[in-house]
Amino acid sequence: MTKEECKKIVLDIIADIAPDEDLSNVKPEVRLRDQLQLDSMDFLDIVMELRKRHSIEVPEADYQQLASLDSCAEYLTPKFLALVAKG
Amino acid sequence: MKHARIVITGVGLTAPNGNSLPEFRKNLLNGVAGIERIEVRYMGSQLAGVCHYDALKYQKKKEIRVGTRAGSISIYCAREALHDSGVNFEVMAKDRVGIYIGCTEHGNVETENEIYNISKFNYDTKFWSHYHNPRTVANNPAGETSLNLGITGPAYTIGAACAAGNMGLIHATQMLRLGEVDFALCGGVSESIHTFGIFAGFKSQNALATHDDPHKASRPFDKARNGIVISEGGCLYTLERLDDAVARGAKIYGEIAGYHVNSDASDYVLPNPVRQAECVRASITRAGLSPSDIHVVNTHATATLLGDIQECEAIRAVFGEGCPHTYINNTKSYIGHCMGAAGALELAGNLPSFDDFTVHPSINVDDLDPLCAIPGLVLNQPRRVAKVDTILNNSFGMLGINSALIVKRFHP
Repeated sequence: MTKEECKKIVLDIIADIAPDEDLSNVKPEVRLRDQLQLDSMDFLDIVMELRKRHSIEVPEADYQQLASLDSCAEYLTPKFLALVAKG
Repeated sequence: MKHARIVITGVGLTAPNGNSLPEFRKNLLNGVAGIERIEVRYMGSQLAGVCHYDALKYQKKKEIRVGTRAGSISIYCAREALHDSGVNFEVMAKDRVGIYIGCTEHGNVETENEIYNISKFNYDTKFWSHYHNPRTVANNPAGETSLNLGITGPAYTIGAACAAGNMGLIHATQMLRLGEVDFALCGGVSESIHTFGIFAGFKSQNALATHDDPHKASRPFDKARNGIVISEGGCLYTLERLDDAVARGAKIYGEIAGYHVNSDASDYVLPNPVRQAECVRASITRAGLSPSDIHVVNTHATATLLGDIQECEAIRAVFGEGCPHTYINNTKSYIGHCMGAAGALELAGNLPSFDDFTVHPSINVDDLDPLCAIPGLVLNQPRRVAKVDTILNNSFGMLGINSALIVKRFHP
């Protein structure tokens, strides 16, 4: 799991929860809410889909880590790698 | 007490056989039903009336994903009605607009979906959607409509089982007369075909229709009727006080002439023809009319064995043999039972009679049940008549709620 693969996973989730948005030019360093129409319920959707699709848990205290694609990758990649290591 | 006169100035609808009033009416006059087979969770193939409106016409994909089918139907109907009314919505005071939507039930669909969803995760409730509560609150269809349109006046639903469609119009009439709002979007909606529980419930009651030909499955008054075809749908009207409608030069479909609502207080599901007759009589009295002044009676009949007979008993008691110009029809024979939308849709299907002097028939009556053979029934073929000045719309529901609504031709 690379950070780029992790960003792709998050973008795939966003594509499903925000189907009207154009995701072709999302800037990884910019806050997602500053470039897409996402509200707090949408971020709960991202958390839910990570749980459903990938068995990744994001505690409420860590929600701010999902602010941008870069921060998502920083935060989630180790979690994905830990899951792989656990088998 | 003298009440303000209330008029219908716009209609927006989606039915299993039409997504606008002209299309719906054309199919009612041409005998075109709209029943098909769908897959119902746990139950397999079932007969149902499905609406095929373009949801993306007025909603973003995300709104559809987050919201409910009933919300989507409401938004479609509300926007279509506003467009039809010709009102300049942009400049309207949005806090003076009321949204009153009748629902038979709401929340079953969304709750069943979530239970099915968590069943895939060993019933672990941490997989339960955070959208569950906004989706299942009883005011959801009206609330989604207010969000979509930016309407800040009162927006809520009216739970009245299958009398709910009429109740939306009746309640809006009352709110306009009280001066609570200046403009109302009102009627009824249903998303019930998306919940297996409704199908299973009617099946357990032995009240779910079966037929090899879907279009012949809903057959009120026919001897071979064997139950209800469950349908989705919606119909919302714009209602205004007459003075306001005239001031803006609105097209007027008709005037609310009278209504009545009562309760059987006798059984959970069995209708009570005595109370139904009382309800119909009281609506006629409130309108200042006599039974012989009613020209079209649209029945509630759902094609259950007993319900049809009992409604016919009530109609016979009110209209009897002394109303030679009263014609009686049924719309569920085309579209099944649209539940909360039924009353509103069925009224809409008859409104054009004021202009074309034609009563649409009840179809699928190959062998009329003698116990349903009431005078004035219009069966299988449209009937051209000399006079249509009044339409009485019956809508009854479980737990014994009865409603009758009369719309009359508009005369300044």
